[in-house]
Amino acid sequence: MSLLRVEHIAVFYGKSQALFDVSLEINPGEVVALMGRNGVGKSTTIRAICNLTPPLTGTISLNGKNLAKLPTHVVARKGIGLVPEGRRCFANLTVEENLLATERKGQWDMQKIHQLFPRLEERSKQSAATLSGGEQQMLAIGRALLTNPKLLILDEATEGLAPVVRQEIWAAIHRLRENGQSILLVDKTLKELLPVCDQCFILEKGQSVWNGAPQALTDDISSRYLGVST
Amino acid sequence: MLNSTHQKGFKEKALNLIILGLIFVTALVTYWLDQGYYVNLVSRVVIFAIAGVGLNLALGYGGMVSLGHAAFFGIGGYIAGISAMHFSESTSFIAGLDSTNQMLTIWLFVIIICALLALFIGLISLRTSGVYFIMITLAFAQMVYYFAISWPDYGGEDGLLISSRNQFLGNDTDNELVFFLICFTVLLLTVFLSSRIIRSRFGTALQVARMNDVRLATVGIRPYPIKLTAFVISAVITGIAGALFADLNRFVSPDMLSWQMSGEIIIFILLGGVGRLSGPILGATLFVLLETFIGGYTEHWKLFLGLVLLIVVLYANGGLMKMVVGEKQHD
Repeated sequence: MSLLRVEHIAVFYGKSQALFDVSLEINPGEVVALMGRNGVGKSTTIRAICNLTPPLTGTISLNGKNLAKLPTHVVARKGIGLVPEGRRCFANLTVEENLLATERKGQWDMQKIHQLFPRLEERSKQSAATLSGGEQQMLAIGRALLTNPKLLILDEATEGLAPVVRQEIWAAIHRLRENGQSILLVDKTLKELLPVCDQCFILEKGQSVWNGAPQALTDDISSRYLGVST
Repeated sequence: MLNSTHQKGFKEKALNLIILGLIFVTALVTYWLDQGYYVNLVSRVVIFAIAGVGLNLALGYGGMVSLGHAAFFGIGGYIAGISAMHFSESTSFIAGLDSTNQMLTIWLFVIIICALLALFIGLISLRTSGVYFIMITLAFAQMVYYFAISWPDYGGEDGLLISSRNQFLGNDTDNELVFFLICFTVLLLTVFLSSRIIRSRFGTALQVARMNDVRLATVGIRPYPIKLTAFVISAVITGIAGALFADLNRFVSPDMLSWQMSGEIIIFILLGGVGRLSGPILGATLFVLLETFIGGYTEHWKLFLGLVLLIVVLYANGGLMKMVVGEKQHD
């Protein structure tokens, strides 16, 4: 059984339609990339999965259970861990407080987060607002992992970070993959994205237009839908 | 940067202790100088501070700007007043309950009634936010206010005199110092409780709910019950302050339930520092000082209060605590 199944969802912001027909599927332990140009509906799809912007039609299910009409906090408790775009840590809290606020029992605990991101342990008493962009991203990922999610969603996790820090984040994503963590990734850097994912889904104008293994992503497809070549 | 943060954190903790120490010493010295009036004045500061610490939990840490906390302050006062009246007349309390003049029993009753009322008000008002939340809490408080005015059995508009202060475990509460010590102990307990709550996982979630409740929901925590719990705790603390205030003045009136009272509790917090542990204590102190010393010269002392508030809001947005120790630091 697939872990997450999104079937033909349509999402509206007021009267304007953002998603027309989006479908995707993630199996346990898989890393899936959600790709597309700016404004095609990647973040809206993520918002729909978390029920921040509920779909008007279509279904979203986690482990076969329909997530429709469940409030966002229940969706999160069912096993969806979101690292939102722009990191969005709780700026007025310390690193430790950010992590403790979300901690739930499971395979991920504070010690494992510190092993994944040793810098968070060094900065534990520091206010999240004083961290660098990369450290804030580590904190956002750590915070989401401490909810012990079945599926971790990373929305533009490496955007705006220095190359060295991006490497650290990608290394952490590889380690998560090795641990069997299911991940839905949204990122624009194909060079780093493709080696880590098992499946790709491409959106165009609010619709699913292609999906397959990263090896099957040809120059023709990527230049047509992503505006870049692999 | 870290060193500076720790220094400021240490400074704030030191200031908290100094403020509490100064209040305690002032009461002792004035009592020793046989200035009972001033001991009562310090008790007034302490009681206002308790109410402020209570509201600060909802307003400062939870971002819930309640303009209805006078309802809890007044209900606390009325429970103390009604209980004292029935005890002095040797009549039974409401619903055939035996009357008592024991503060601990009265406080227990205050806690139950204020918690139930806050639960009811919070369940409805916390479905809204911003200006709607302010107006709904104000509307509930006004209902309680008009109910008190229209209840002649307990003084109606004229209020209710308390012939003798309620008692605390056989201590002479008519003695100014004894009464101050009771109030001061309650203040210490509420500051301690508030500090523990803020540092707990619950307190962290409460502060996140203030910053962004959607973000809190995405990590699996529902903001509504967190805010509701904080609102109820806040109301209970304010209610206890009201009970003490009634005993201090030996009088309770609908003024304690008025929207001006709610506004004054907010002013204690604004003056001292929103979301700062000792903010309401500093604010209440400044408020009572202005009320007493400028109020001694002119009945229009609130004009000066307004000026001070204006200066603090414009030039020390963060209250007196920010002026003294700087921006808020982590405990």
